[in-house]
Amino acid sequence: MASRFDDRPSRLSPAAMRDEAPAAGDGRHRRVRLRLFRQAMEEAKLLPLSGLSGPMPLVVAVMVALTVIATAGGLALRNVASAASAQLHGGLTVQIVEAAPAARDEQAEGSVAVLRALPGITAVRRVPRAELDALIEPWLGSGPDDAAGVPVPDLIDARLVGPVTPARLADIGSELHRVAPAARIDAQAGWLRPVFDAIATLQWLAAALVLLLAAVLAATVLLGARIALGSHRGTIEIVHMLGGTDPQVARIVQRAIGIDAAVGGAVGMGLASLVIVGLGSRFAGLDAGLVSGGALHFGDWLVLLLVPFAGVALAMLTARVSVLSSLRAML
Amino acid sequence: MNARDALRSDPGEIARFDNVGLRYGPDCEVLSDISFTLYKGSFYFLTGASGAGKSSLLRLLYLAQRPSRGVIRLFGTDAITLPRARLPGFRRRLGVVFQDFRLVAHLSAFDNVALPLRVAGVPEREVARPVADMLEWVGLADRMGARPATLSGGEQQRVAIARAVVGRPDLLVADEPTGNVDPDMALKLLRLFESMNRLGTTIVVATHDIHMLQRVPESLIMRLDKGRLSDPTGALRYPPRRHEAGL
Ligand SMILES: Nc1ncnc2c1ncn2[C@@H]1O[C@H](COP(=O)(O)OP(=O)(O)O)[C@@H](O)[C@H]1O
Ligand SMILES: [Mg+2]
Repeated sequence: MASRFDDRPSRLSPAAMRDEAPAAGDGRHRRVRLRLFRQAMEEAKLLPLSGLSGPMPLVVAVMVALTVIATAGGLALRNVASAASAQLHGGLTVQIVEAAPAARDEQAEGSVAVLRALPGITAVRRVPRAELDALIEPWLGSGPDDAAGVPVPDLIDARLVGPVTPARLADIGSELHRVAPAARIDAQAGWLRPVFDAIATLQWLAAALVLLLAAVLAATVLLGARIALGSHRGTIEIVHMLGGTDPQVARIVQRAIGIDAAVGGAVGMGLASLVIVGLGSRFAGLDAGLVSGGALHFGDWLVLLLVPFAGVALAMLTARVSVLSSLRAML
Repeated sequence: MNARDALRSDPGEIARFDNVGLRYGPDCEVLSDISFTLYKGSFYFLTGASGAGKSSLLRLLYLAQRPSRGVIRLFGTDAITLPRARLPGFRRRLGVVFQDFRLVAHLSAFDNVALPLRVAGVPEREVARPVADMLEWVGLADRMGARPATLSGGEQQRVAIARAVVGRPDLLVADEPTGNVDPDMALKLLRLFESMNRLGTTIVVATHDIHMLQRVPESLIMRLDKGRLSDPTGALRYPPRRHEAGL
């Protein structure tokens, strides 16, 4: 029986004891990477990868999904607001409210000329009759102008450099009234103000919701990591007593909990993406100018992707900090 | 012998306790005035009635517990003031058979025995053979894939022993390692310890089984009685012969 001992491989080499010993030489980086990979593989054997029995993945999945959906909502609202304001900011509509077609036409022409001559105005467009007819057709039916005796005002769109302030509006108005007494002038943003206000309020609400959900997600992850830690406590103690270093033990637990969180995060992100894409296509189906401006951009998706990653990072950090502090309490 | 000499390390010593006391909480001491030296290559039995403090003394020895007072030296170094970062290196030179086995429930017998090697960073290709050999030695070659929960108490104990010795430790500490096995297996495990001892491993076995002591004629006996150490063979006062010859 002694011979059985004799032909066994030599005892643990001192190099094996010093697991942080650097590899020197040319292929150093490759070897370090290989060693890290090998180390990860070997550490992966110390604890099971299937930590998916606990509540962690499910809870993280739900919280990530909710947080991502709320964030997507907030981003979409922001996009709606910025698209709309880009369209409307500096926009001006002049209506010529004159029943007699000839006078109306003359005043409209005059207004266009005056507007073109004014400084700070970049574009002037008289909305063609056909477009106006099409616009009012649903309400008044098709037919020749004023056939039903309803005078349709002429419309002129103009774009200004800079914001449309009441003072500028008044100046332009007085210029116009010289040639077109029937001109009625409106800032486009003006009549949309209530809508903008509502969107702004909703944006704040979405931001608050996102913050709240992110806080709950963080708390969930913290709790989940602690619970998972409790279930690994026995193993942590054993690996510690067998000579595992603190960082080694922390890495093992961190990995197990990170995998739990990652599975939850991926599932949550997948669910949220389905919801977002589904809702997006519904809104696109509405084909309403304002709402379609709310589609998510590439950058927005990157922001959304941050949510599960942040969740996993937080879970791993929590696990690490908790393991290290509980190890320090041991000898 | 003055105080300075008392703290100086002897080249043949592997562990040394000086006036060590241990108390759990505010009660009276579980261990009092424990002083002894363990010499390299010796085989010690620690005996005493149940509750005498054997497990407590071993916990101090394998660095699972700090003493309330006194000095503990291990491998020639003060183990109490040792920087935390150096403790794992010390633990890897120890093999421990815990009284309650402490097997990892979700790992197979094989992976439990492989644990000390993997923790020490031994390459995977050098893990399989010693682990398989060890398991074969303790008679569990056919149960390598079994989880601890599916093993009997005695089988779990043998897995725990295989895990403790697979890394060829300098010091093997075993707490009642034959408490759950039949007499034949107990004898076989003792032979395993003896053959390790012959290869240079210092062995400390706690047991309340007097018959065990007679099975290893070269063994030295430490007796614990209500937390105090007595020295029936004088082994603790005089360094053992074999150690002297070895030097
Ligand atoms: N963790 C602990 N906390 C409090 N008391 C303990 C603890 N461990 C052991 N004891 C007490 O210390 C005494 C010695 O126990 P132990 O070292 O296990 O003895 P033995 O191993 O010789 O049976 C017993 O009275 C026991 O109740
Ligand atoms: Mg005991």
